[in-house]
Amino acid sequence: MTATAKVDKSAAQGRNLGEFFFSNATRIAALLTLGLLLAIIISLVHGSWPSIKQFGWGFLWSGEWNPPQDRFGALIPIYGTIATSLIALLIAVPVSFGIALFLTELSPPWLRVPLGTAIELLAAIPSIVYGMWGLLYYAPIFSEYVQPALAATLGKLPVIGVLFSGASLGIGILSAGIILAIMIIPFIASVMRDVFALTPAMLKESAYGVGSTTWEVVWHVVLPYTKVGVVGGIMLGLGRALGETMAVTFLIGNMNFFNGFSLFLPGNSIASALANEFAEAESPLYTSALLELGLILFVITFIVLGLSKLLLLRLSRQEAVRM
Amino acid sequence: MSKVSKWYLAPVVAWSVLACAAQPVVAAEVTGAGASFPAPLYAKWADAYQKATGNKINYQSIGSGGGIKQIAAKTVDFGASDMPLKPEELEKQGLTQFPAVIGGEVLAINIPGIKSGTLHLTPALLADIYLGNITKWNDKKITEINPGLTLPDQVIAVVRRSDGSGTTFLFTNYLSKVSPEWKQKVGEGTAVQWPQGLGGKGNEGVSAFVQRLPGAIGYVEYAYALQNKMPYALLQNAEGAYPEPNEASFRAAAAHADWTKSAFNEILTNEPGKDSWPITGATFILMQKVQDKPEQGAASLAFFDWSLKNGAKMASDLSYVPLPDSLVNLIHIAWGGIKDTTGKPVFPAGK
Repeated sequence: MTATAKVDKSAAQGRNLGEFFFSNATRIAALLTLGLLLAIIISLVHGSWPSIKQFGWGFLWSGEWNPPQDRFGALIPIYGTIATSLIALLIAVPVSFGIALFLTELSPPWLRVPLGTAIELLAAIPSIVYGMWGLLYYAPIFSEYVQPALAATLGKLPVIGVLFSGASLGIGILSAGIILAIMIIPFIASVMRDVFALTPAMLKESAYGVGSTTWEVVWHVVLPYTKVGVVGGIMLGLGRALGETMAVTFLIGNMNFFNGFSLFLPGNSIASALANEFAEAESPLYTSALLELGLILFVITFIVLGLSKLLLLRLSRQEAVRM
Repeated sequence: MSKVSKWYLAPVVAWSVLACAAQPVVAAEVTGAGASFPAPLYAKWADAYQKATGNKINYQSIGSGGGIKQIAAKTVDFGASDMPLKPEELEKQGLTQFPAVIGGEVLAINIPGIKSGTLHLTPALLADIYLGNITKWNDKKITEINPGLTLPDQVIAVVRRSDGSGTTFLFTNYLSKVSPEWKQKVGEGTAVQWPQGLGGKGNEGVSAFVQRLPGAIGYVEYAYALQNKMPYALLQNAEGAYPEPNEASFRAAAAHADWTKSAFNEILTNEPGKDSWPITGATFILMQKVQDKPEQGAASLAFFDWSLKNGAKMASDLSYVPLPDSLVNLIHIAWGGIKDTTGKPVFPAGK
């Protein structure tokens, strides 16, 4: 009797000890992330301090980037980063939605696995490969066939025509945005497919049962049920687009000079400017201005994440009201 | 702020202490870092040197800016830079420098109907093209000095490097020397605010654009243009002649430079001499003037001594230009200035 009690006690103690170590190990892992984030912010602010002191808020809306004279502004890289990411989302979200919809609702079962794997494989291609492929194969075709066609159609429209005017170089903000779209489609599509597949069959079958079309089922049942996951997938893609370095560097034209709003013109993005110029930046202010660009990219990403959380919060509040 | 910077550096310091402690004391492996332009040659020299002497040289191609920072911080035994430091900067950082090898830049072109080496350009024309003052190949200013060529009515696509590089430094240094407008509007540097044009990453990026875009012109390193058989333009030099860009014309530019003044601070652009190619440049090695670890300094110099004596053919094979003998003698004399903490030269001449 006493012996078994003893054994029980020590076993319980052992379990408690295990519990203790495990819970602390997970806590440390979580805190480590937070600590790293904090360390990155501190070193970025520390590194960009000379530039912040020198240029102040003006850094954000100055379009000048002149290393020989040590005068720097972030407007052109900020514009390029946001413009390319928006183009990428504009293309990638509807396409990914179509892919996910096809794979979960319409595709014959034998096609699902190979097609799904092919899309996931696209996500595993290193970005430098997209960059080289884009520069050597995609850009020539784009400049020869796509850009003239765009200029002849969309370019003739009144307001947005400006966006599709100018020389067809195959390199520029639009090209970079399209390559980014190709790069983020696998991410968004596979997240969307996974969450679509999670919708309980009973819900869908009930909707089909009352006579809904596939479109109605997806739009009114699947999408509302999975919206958190869908928004999460889009944010994952946007995050990758904002921070993408190599593929953009090869295709954006790397121009730190504002020549107009046409999307055919070369521009620059924050990540691409960092990749190009950091290794050879000599003057301390130059290095510091580049670090401040990094800090700005960090802040932009933070704002985007914050906005998506707000959006989800509003969506769930609307849901509560409806119920 | 200082408090903050100290505590977040603590792990870094601890790590480097550990890393140092882990290294065996006997290894006299020399490490260098910097310019990427001479990196293939340094790797070749290091390989041959190791086969000949058994000593290991480890060179990291991280860019000239990084090379200067690392040698100033004493984290490497030698730094390498595509641009020389000014004497006052050397003084401030306690460094000394010497050239290691010479290279040149070529104007690669892609103009339909124009063969390699037939288009002539003057310095003023080149500056006007890069400034955007001349935008078409059949501009009167270009056709005037090319009476034998029929130039197309084509827009000039200006191509340049997007990444900070010694190649860009040399090119913009040349344009600043020959064009007051360029000097005032743009200036010189490893990266500048280009008034127009497309930026390609690296020599390969520039050459991809030039080969693809009809009407393009771009500057690339000679070795790169040679290996890719890119059509090039001829450029008028300081004495009005149009030499071919090749090893002989780069060497001519190096021979005309006056190396005796100001600590090898020589940029070989726009040098005098009828057969000097105007966009030529040397690449440099940087070392600490006072060596905390004299045996490492001596080992580095022994490597360069061996390479300058035995490496000329290897340099030519890779389309670099070896230094003229007179310059090598000057470098040997300058090495006498690299001393240990007691003031003794670490690598006595003739050793």
